Amino acid sequence: MTATGTFTPRPGAAPLGRMIRAQAALETRMLLRNGEQLLLTVVIPTLLLVLFSAVDIIDTGAGRAVDFLAPGVLALAVMSTAFTGQAIATGFERRYGVLKRLAASPLPRWGLMTAKTCAVLVTEVFQVALLTVVALALGWSPQGNPLAVAALLVLGTAAFSGLGLLMAGTLRAEATLAAANLVFLLLLVGGGVIVPLTKFPDAAQTVLGLLPISALSDGLRAVLQHGAALPWGDLGTLAVWAVLGLGAAARFFRWE
Amino acid sequence: MPSTSPGSPRTPGSAPAVEVTGLVKRYGSRSPKTAVDGLDLTVARGGVTALLGPNGAGKTTTVEICEGYRRPDAGTVRVLGLDPVADAARLRPRIGVMLQSGGVYSGARAEEMLRHTASLHADPVDVPLLIERLGLGSCGRTTYRRLSGGQQQRLALAMAVVGRPELVFLDEPTAGLDPQARHATWDLVRELRTDGVSVVLTTHFMDEAEQLADDVAIIDGGRVIAQGTPDELCRGGAENTLRFTGRPGLDLASLRKALPEDSTTTEPSPGSYRVTGTVDPQMLATVASWCAQNGVLPDAIAVERHTLEDVFLDLTGKELRG
Ligand SMILES: Nc1ncnc2c1ncn2[C@@H]1O[C@H](COP(=O)(O)OP(=O)(O)OP(=O)(O)O)[C@@H](O)[C@H]1O
Ligand SMILES: [Mg+2]
Repeated sequence: MTATGTFTPRPGAAPLGRMIRAQAALETRMLLRNGEQLLLTVVIPTLLLVLFSAVDIIDTGAGRAVDFLAPGVLALAVMSTAFTGQAIATGFERRYGVLKRLAASPLPRWGLMTAKTCAVLVTEVFQVALLTVVALALGWSPQGNPLAVAALLVLGTAAFSGLGLLMAGTLRAEATLAAANLVFLLLLVGGGVIVPLTKFPDAAQTVLGLLPISALSDGLRAVLQHGAALPWGDLGTLAVWAVLGLGAAARFFRWE
Repeated sequence: MPSTSPGSPRTPGSAPAVEVTGLVKRYGSRSPKTAVDGLDLTVARGGVTALLGPNGAGKTTTVEICEGYRRPDAGTVRVLGLDPVADAARLRPRIGVMLQSGGVYSGARAEEMLRHTASLHADPVDVPLLIERLGLGSCGRTTYRRLSGGQQQRLALAMAVVGRPELVFLDEPTAGLDPQARHATWDLVRELRTDGVSVVLTTHFMDEAEQLADDVAIIDGGRVIAQGTPDELCRGGAENTLRFTGRPGLDLASLRKALPEDSTTTEPSPGSYRVTGTVDPQMLATVASWCAQNGVLPDAIAVERHTLEDVFLDLTGKELRG
């Protein structure tokens, strides 16, 4: 048969780069189109930054409040996208068979995960840009090396992505929704984001200091507020969380 | 034998579209429930194969094992000659999948999702054409969660065929469709077949199987309990019936004697007669000549051929499934 019809088989995967780019673009659009997600990733961090810089509610120590708050809110932004947002979105994608259907497409699983990571990073770029502008407008004067900041943000993203995917891939979607929001709230309060860890009792400080959000906010503060070179302790903590989280996610993630 | 469509392109010596032998699948570890229980199925290339079976018969499980979603507990599965799990990377670009439900981002627009699926394939079908064919034009900008159930089904179907696969698995493609959409789907499936695509679909609609399928497999309790063309299935198994009306109280013994062994003759209500057995031209002639001998003008003589539904209910029983 030589005639070709509309559906005459001509199967084949698109080039890998094209597939991942298309998937990353779709994932990013899905993230940015979701109103609840934007509330979490953009509105809440921005409001916290503005509110607590303008009004002296919490004693943030010596120096300007915004110099203390901006690094914490940047850490919060990373957590909101890489952990909370990604966990909830992925949990519902799993629930509604999106991951299952994609698994039957030519896009390999690691390609999907790469695309998701790209979408998270793109969203974070938007967040960081917006929060930086707002913080500068509030009189923020950041110190330190931008590369050190980038290293912290990337490791933080890896740590939170691992934990978010672990949650999304093991719990029911509703449980993920509830748990991810709860964790967000708890870590917002107890992770040195807007409330200095020094406000907590000594014993609590030691434990809270090991949380990924504390390591990230503390590391960012060391660089951006105090001009430190590379906060190795915080980077190490984040690296451990990243290895544990991504490892566990790879091991326990269920696609359906 | 399953029939194949005439003129569909077939690679010489190529493996069947699907070859399943002795497939067993159990769910749960503590008290495992057997969903598929020694299922054998061969699907030739280039035709439409319909899997029929009551709820819970194991159709979706079987199809999803063929798609590489689950590993069999026993038995072998080859799809286009490949192992769906071990050779997944090579198989996936060649098959199209429509799940029984879901599969689309709730915030994605219909056209956006279809375009995206197309972009994952090397040489996809023209997206606007497919949108038009499946009547999705008016809802192309609607997000998935706002589409009606039938529109969601049509989008999922479009996504299954957009990559120009060699073989598509459609799990209940017409569930929840209105008559127009059902016919559009049937037309699409027929065109797939004409263009040489092998189609495996599951359905609860007997007319759908009769209309579309070259080959029907009836599945119950995790096994194929009958397979053949719709015609073969209707002819075999269940008996057919011939009815006529005439004077009440005719003596049927002589008619019974004139007919083959396996026939029966009854008068369910006065003047209404029923003959069962192999209803063929020979039987009709025998009945007609017996009537002539008895001076009866048979009124309303009618042959009742069994429908696929009769055969299905006959084979699978009338009980509801859990
Ligand atoms: N993920 C699962 N976990 C446990 N049991 C399952 C699972 N999927 C299916 N089953 C069970 O396996 C059996 C076969 O299910 P399957 O979905 O294959 O049936 P089906 O023929 O597709 O039915 P339907 O016509 O209702 O779609 C059912 O008894 C079902 O309850
Ligand atoms: Mg099913």
